[in-house]
Amino acid sequence: MSIKKPGRIPATIEKVAPPGQAHASQAASLGRQRIRRSQWRNTGIAYLFLAPNIIGFLFFTLLSLLAAFGLSFFRWSLLTTPEFNGFGNYVQLLTIDPVFHQVLINTLYFVFGYVPLNIIVSLGMAVWISGPIRFKNVFRIIMFLPVLTPAVGVALVWLLMYDQGGIINQTLLLFFHIKGPNWLASDQWAMPAVILMSLWYNFGYNMLVFSAGLQNIPQHFYEAAAIDGATRWTRFWHITIPLLSPSLFFGVVLTLISSFQVFDQVYILTGGGPGIDTTTLVLYAYQNGFTYYKMGYAATVSTVLFLLILVVTLLQFVLQRKWVHYEV
Amino acid sequence: MKSELVAKAPIRADAKAAPASGFSIGSIISHTLLIIVSLLVLFPFIWMLDTALKPNGQVYQFPPTLLPNPISLDNFVAVWTYLPFGHFLLNSLFVALTGTILVMITSSLAAYAFARLKFAGRDTIFFAYVATLLIPQAVLVIPEFLIMRYLGWINTYQALIIPGAFTAFGTFLLRQFFKTIPLELEESALIDGASRLRILWEIILPLSRSALGVLGLFTFIAFWNNFLWPLIVINTEDVVTIPLGLQMFQGQHGTEWSYMMAGATISVIPGIFLVILLQRYLVEGITLTGIGGR
Repeated sequence: MSIKKPGRIPATIEKVAPPGQAHASQAASLGRQRIRRSQWRNTGIAYLFLAPNIIGFLFFTLLSLLAAFGLSFFRWSLLTTPEFNGFGNYVQLLTIDPVFHQVLINTLYFVFGYVPLNIIVSLGMAVWISGPIRFKNVFRIIMFLPVLTPAVGVALVWLLMYDQGGIINQTLLLFFHIKGPNWLASDQWAMPAVILMSLWYNFGYNMLVFSAGLQNIPQHFYEAAAIDGATRWTRFWHITIPLLSPSLFFGVVLTLISSFQVFDQVYILTGGGPGIDTTTLVLYAYQNGFTYYKMGYAATVSTVLFLLILVVTLLQFVLQRKWVHYEV
Repeated sequence: MKSELVAKAPIRADAKAAPASGFSIGSIISHTLLIIVSLLVLFPFIWMLDTALKPNGQVYQFPPTLLPNPISLDNFVAVWTYLPFGHFLLNSLFVALTGTILVMITSSLAAYAFARLKFAGRDTIFFAYVATLLIPQAVLVIPEFLIMRYLGWINTYQALIIPGAFTAFGTFLLRQFFKTIPLELEESALIDGASRLRILWEIILPLSRSALGVLGLFTFIAFWNNFLWPLIVINTEDVVTIPLGLQMFQGQHGTEWSYMMAGATISVIPGIFLVILLQRYLVEGITLTGIGGR
């Protein structure tokens, strides 16, 4: 892309600069002085440029984050006035509430089931397609298609496919003579079903990120290794993985963050059921806030979610020193 | 030298590698398996369209038929009349387009300030921006809901558009891109007394089409696909967007699969269309910025 740029530049400059600028170099040095002198004006202009974004940012991000934290110390049903509760919500949540314990376990089940699968499948597909394959970009685009579609729309078709008499069980019966379970109503299969749908929905994104990373690995590393008689597997572990590690790190961190927040597909596929077997943290916060109108308690759940994501992300950044190689 | 070449022209490097494979048995097996995997990935979309094109009575037919017979567009007509799906579609388009335009304006202004202007606290503010990328949206929805309620914006378009119009993601993405544009281009314009706003509009933005394209694509889709936020702030039919409309439909007519799939098919069209339209930008965009999506 950078190659294309210079072609456009002259045309653009002509539009800005009036014609007949003969003493360009002289003007340039004069101009530079003027720019330096007017540097102080930049602060005012800069804040004007920033204002539209920063005002919204202050309200909807910073203020909201602080408000969520503050609210977690209150009991509030929206109808009454908020009532200060100290650490009451946290004590309730962490030591008394049996639902929260199950919800936390469900979320961890989802995260630790889904994230490794996502990374393995997206890396596997990226490596596979980067090999001697024709029409690479066609395959990549196909894998990427689900990523930009609405989770609700695609979750509905999976709901139909997972149905007891749906296409998945029909296929199992027809070809393998297996009577499939009622996937989404089974306490054993509901979460794996949600994980599988999420994998299908999202792996294309990381696949594209890893593909980009793979294309940046210089070919001569592989050639040298092949001359030394390294097997394909050795080359994968000793060349691909270390040189791809910055992309892998990026993928793992973002996938972890987003997987802790899984909501849409759970809401549509199972509604958190059977029982509360697939209720995740965001769904639980949503239910507390907008079904039971316990605003304070919902804020407590979401604050705990935030802290959890923060700890896991920081841990990732600490651990990266052991496995991420930034030099090429 | 060679490594530089590969890094700069990743796609061309791909194309060069491919023809070397020839038509060996291994290559044929590899391609066949990849086609099967691709069909499996496509299958939910195929099944969605397939179900949308057959009458509801045939949905659970055993053994299943892959091609609906006869193909009928009745379900698409039905969702249009049965549900106010056309209205949902207009709502979604309006919200996503307005939101995207606002994001592009606010992000490019802020990104230009971060990339080019010197001012007190620039790096601190920028660091705060980037740090907020790590804040889960789910944490913010409760206070954001309360702000909407305080402003009296529940069940309005503003509630759907405004909170999403100020993304740190867009600012970050554009700032990184603006940084790659040579400074000299602006200096001569500054000498001629062009304002910063004019420089942004006439020099920077035209050179940033691909970055703007990627940002616009992801923002439009983020608005179009959003479900949690509309679920919280909207409860009248007037302002319902497509994902929320589909969920309402599921709640009211959960067994009428062929109608539901007709609606679902309409909901996935923009995403699929944009991916195919912008495929080159998409692969390049992710290569360039190393970031995208949410």
